[in-house]
Amino acid sequence: MKLSRNFVNDYIDLDKDLSIKKIAEDMTSIGNEYDLAYPLIDCTNLVVGKILSCTNHPDSDHLHTCVVDIGTEKLNIVCGAPNCREGLKVIVAKDGAVLPGGTIKKGIIRGCESNGMICSLAELGLENKFLEAKDKDGIHEFADDVEVGSNPIKALGLDDEVIDFELTSNRGDLLSILGMAYELGAIYNKKVKSIDTSFTETKDDVNDVFKIQIATSDCPLFLAKKALNVTIKESPAFIKNRLIASGIRPINNVVDISNYVMLETGQPLHFYDADSLGDTLIVRNALENEKLITLDNIERTLSPEDIVIANKTSPVGLAGVMGGLSTEVELTTKNIIIESAIFDNIKIRKTSKKILRSEASNRFEKGLDPNRTYLAIERSCALLQKYANAQIMQGTVVYDKISKESKKISLSLDKINKVLGITIPEKEVISILERLAFTVSKEATSLLVEVPTRRRDISIEEDLIEEVGRIYGMDNIKGKLPVLDISLGTYNKTKRAIKHKLADLGLNETVSYTLISKDNVKDFTTDDFEPIYLNDPMSEDRNALRNSLLHSLKEIYLYNKARNNSDISIFEIGKCFYKEDTKYKEDLHLGILLSGEFYYDIKKTKVDFYILKGIAEELLDFLGYENRYTFEKDEHIPRQLHPGISASINVNGNKIGFLGKVHPKTLKDDVYVLEINLDKLLNIKTAKMKYKDISKYPSIIKDVAFIVNKDITSKEIMDTIKKASSKILTNIELFDLYTGENIGADKKSLAYKLTFMSPTRTLTEEEVMIIFNNVIEKVQKAHNAVLRDK
Amino acid sequence: MSNEKLEKIKKELQEDLQNVKTETFLNELKVKYLGKKGLITELNSEIKNIPNEEKKSFGMAVNEIRNLFNTSYDEKLKAFKEEELNKKLASETIDITLPSKKIKRGSLHPMTLITEEFEDLFVSMGYTVYEGPEIESDENCFQKLNIPKGHPARDAQDTFYLKDEFENFLLRSQTSTAQVRAMEENVEKKPLRIVCPGKVYRRDEDATHSHQFMQIEGLVIDENVSMADLKGTLELFCKKILGEKTEVRFRPSYFPFTEPSVEVDVSCFKCQGKGCNLCKQTGWIEVLGAGMVHPNVLQMCGYDPKKYQGFAFGTGLDRFAMFKYGIPDIRTIYGNDIRFIEQFARKDDTYEIK
Repeated sequence: MKLSRNFVNDYIDLDKDLSIKKIAEDMTSIGNEYDLAYPLIDCTNLVVGKILSCTNHPDSDHLHTCVVDIGTEKLNIVCGAPNCREGLKVIVAKDGAVLPGGTIKKGIIRGCESNGMICSLAELGLENKFLEAKDKDGIHEFADDVEVGSNPIKALGLDDEVIDFELTSNRGDLLSILGMAYELGAIYNKKVKSIDTSFTETKDDVNDVFKIQIATSDCPLFLAKKALNVTIKESPAFIKNRLIASGIRPINNVVDISNYVMLETGQPLHFYDADSLGDTLIVRNALENEKLITLDNIERTLSPEDIVIANKTSPVGLAGVMGGLSTEVELTTKNIIIESAIFDNIKIRKTSKKILRSEASNRFEKGLDPNRTYLAIERSCALLQKYANAQIMQGTVVYDKISKESKKISLSLDKINKVLGITIPEKEVISILERLAFTVSKEATSLLVEVPTRRRDISIEEDLIEEVGRIYGMDNIKGKLPVLDISLGTYNKTKRAIKHKLADLGLNETVSYTLISKDNVKDFTTDDFEPIYLNDPMSEDRNALRNSLLHSLKEIYLYNKARNNSDISIFEIGKCFYKEDTKYKEDLHLGILLSGEFYYDIKKTKVDFYILKGIAEELLDFLGYENRYTFEKDEHIPRQLHPGISASINVNGNKIGFLGKVHPKTLKDDVYVLEINLDKLLNIKTAKMKYKDISKYPSIIKDVAFIVNKDITSKEIMDTIKKASSKILTNIELFDLYTGENIGADKKSLAYKLTFMSPTRTLTEEEVMIIFNNVIEKVQKAHNAVLRDK
Repeated sequence: MSNEKLEKIKKELQEDLQNVKTETFLNELKVKYLGKKGLITELNSEIKNIPNEEKKSFGMAVNEIRNLFNTSYDEKLKAFKEEELNKKLASETIDITLPSKKIKRGSLHPMTLITEEFEDLFVSMGYTVYEGPEIESDENCFQKLNIPKGHPARDAQDTFYLKDEFENFLLRSQTSTAQVRAMEENVEKKPLRIVCPGKVYRRDEDATHSHQFMQIEGLVIDENVSMADLKGTLELFCKKILGEKTEVRFRPSYFPFTEPSVEVDVSCFKCQGKGCNLCKQTGWIEVLGAGMVHPNVLQMCGYDPKKYQGFAFGTGLDRFAMFKYGIPDIRTIYGNDIRFIEQFARKDDTYEIK
């Protein structure tokens, strides 16, 4: 909302010494934030001059050399405007003048002295859309009665200042000069002046010639009046200039008056060409696929969600949003139907969102004061009579199903102080409310406040407390720390611990987008879930909720690779989504991706499956799952993984994730990934961290190496060793893996170190040997193994 | 005669000791002097031939030679060992300028760092971190926050709704939804003190807006918490996060779920309030929205607004990360360029208590 200072001055006497910036800041401090505050024309050193002589520049085909009288002196000025001629009164920017385009300096233009510039309105910073045709191509031409030496901005009537506000959505009332006047009145303790709605009416009653039918519940108030024999012409300067200051393009007096009254009162009006409209106006919901050509000459296709204004044959306007072309007020229009109405704000919001946001719809959406609906139609009649010679027919066609009662709200002083946490004396509370033009009466223990209907945002006591607070000054509240019972603050320690552990292990955490493309939603999954999609995505790239973090990590890998960032070891913790039965689900996942070097050394060791497996083991051990997990070859693993270099991760027999090398079809590079469903994992309880006795007795260590077929896994052999031993076998460690021609091409040698120990006694060599020999025998039998000589 | 011999041996020994150049020669001397047939050993056996009155002085003289040998021997041996070790160490010298065997330098994402900083601060004040789900119902995200369907405040939060049977569900557009959950889950309707950090989603994207970003929401419900308490809390919080010199300003504003509502500005930490590009010459930067929980919200979440009141505040964590680390474009945060992420692989002690 752009507030014109001249405009609001009609309704409130603001101190002339108040700068526009100060007003803007004062308004901001009561909750009406401003974006910019500026003079409408931001120029210095301008003066009205008269061109005494104008001759063609000797050295140019379009420049003129002029002598211009500016009252105090006569200046030689070179001017290139085609309409520059002798006798014209013009805007002169003197030496040193600052214009939006830069500073004017004395100089020589192609050999001729030039001591200033003759200006067009565009050069003063007026937007092209506000320029009349005659001002678009040249310097501005003043009427002859403008005094030489006077201030041209004043002479133009553009000596105005503007504050551009960014208002909150609850304050629809501030989309009006009157509303602004009440706010300013509250700040500076001034009364708002009344609005002139006086006009004379003809003897004939409009109700005899014009009918309205309201065929929808979306229109609780509709008023119509008829103006006859209007003269369509240019608006008076003050109306045009105020519209320009408010950012609205002047058109002609009638159209301008409808906009002017909307700006004043906040109530959008619509004027119909009465003769094109006919004698009946119907408000109804649009039919499915009904068509309407709006004022901007675009055919709109409507639905029953939209409210239309229609005559007996067809729609003539889209209620609250835009009028129709067929009943537009044109230069030939004689008679006018004035509409002032209220439509359902939610319906208007929907329609305008779909079709067009306009000054009118913006106001309808936020809700209107029915008393203003009445005020606005009267005000428009007064202006039409005064500035368009209209004859106003007697009476108003009224459909009124709306309450116009003001609200009465009880306000307790204690409550104000309890909510704001400060003590404001009763006298001051009353003063603030009265400055806002609320009516206050004292009751036994509280105040009864009558809130004017313009303040639709106020309905409960807390709203009044806010009013008191914001005028008193929210910033005048002195901060203190709350006095509360001691309570224990907690947070999700496990999630944090996992992140820190992985960072400590050398991984970089990423945060990527939850939304990915439908095309990738099943990547790195086992494809046995139903994805969730967005109803109205911003783009096809982001129309599905991810079910795996690995697609995102892969994208990050590719992004970095393209930038020659070659060693990637990243992880992310984030939600993954899927449908289950008729419910949506979200699980917390951990994803890891490794590529390139993980340990930096001169040997350039590249990451492999076992580094990633080591990270997984370290994390699981750290989380308390030591000795409770297995990595198993699994047929049911995402297709994007290498079938021979991948495994599922199982804790207590529950599959909680997988790891492996990315399939060469997905990525040609050596990239390893892991994904764990943390919700699944962390559901598995861990034992409490507890001290275990350390054995006081010595251990006996035995080494053994077996030659077996290559397809036998180390885990199979270790399982056999465990089975063949008793509890005194406390550790098995694979310490050597050998393959080579000398043991056979399809063979491998695995060497294990077995540690035997008892917590209660010293073991004898003999008893260990019995077990050790049994181990050798069982492994030989079970895996067709051969004992390898040392 | 024996005394002569003794003097001769002593002289010989002194000469020998001066000529010792290797450990081998030193050991040969040991044999020569202290071996079974060593010169000193032989002197010992001559004691019996010495007259009784001279025995004592002779014995002492022999011991003196023996001690001379032993002391010198130990010294020389130690010196040889030392020399030998030094030679070995010298031969083992490595090029210490070769690269280290370094493990990759891990790091937490800046959004994690900032989130943890916020969490730690509020946890220290007795707040519990409450993380709600990212998919929410329209009811929790809007209606129970006093934003009914068709409310203009919904425009500012253009929301991602889900498809098909989940059309009334959405990706939460604000962490305020966690407020609703925490209040509803608190079945005994006791006082509440929570902060809710998390991801939020809006249909918006440019240099300062990402369709996915992070917010943190704070909520305190008790019988007597006020705007003054809210201000004190935010003052403390802003000083801790942005620096002790930070000042806090309340400006009245509007949020459907708080009444009264305020925007919270902090004095510009870049120019200390003097006016710069960051604060658009105003000296102030808007960082939070806050207010007293609207009685409708309390009511809808099962709290009696006559008994309880509360304050709430919310802010964008990304914004704070951008401020704190000087990141100009929010898209950098979610771009995950390794060169960006690795910059955060260190301890940040900006606000450490000294």
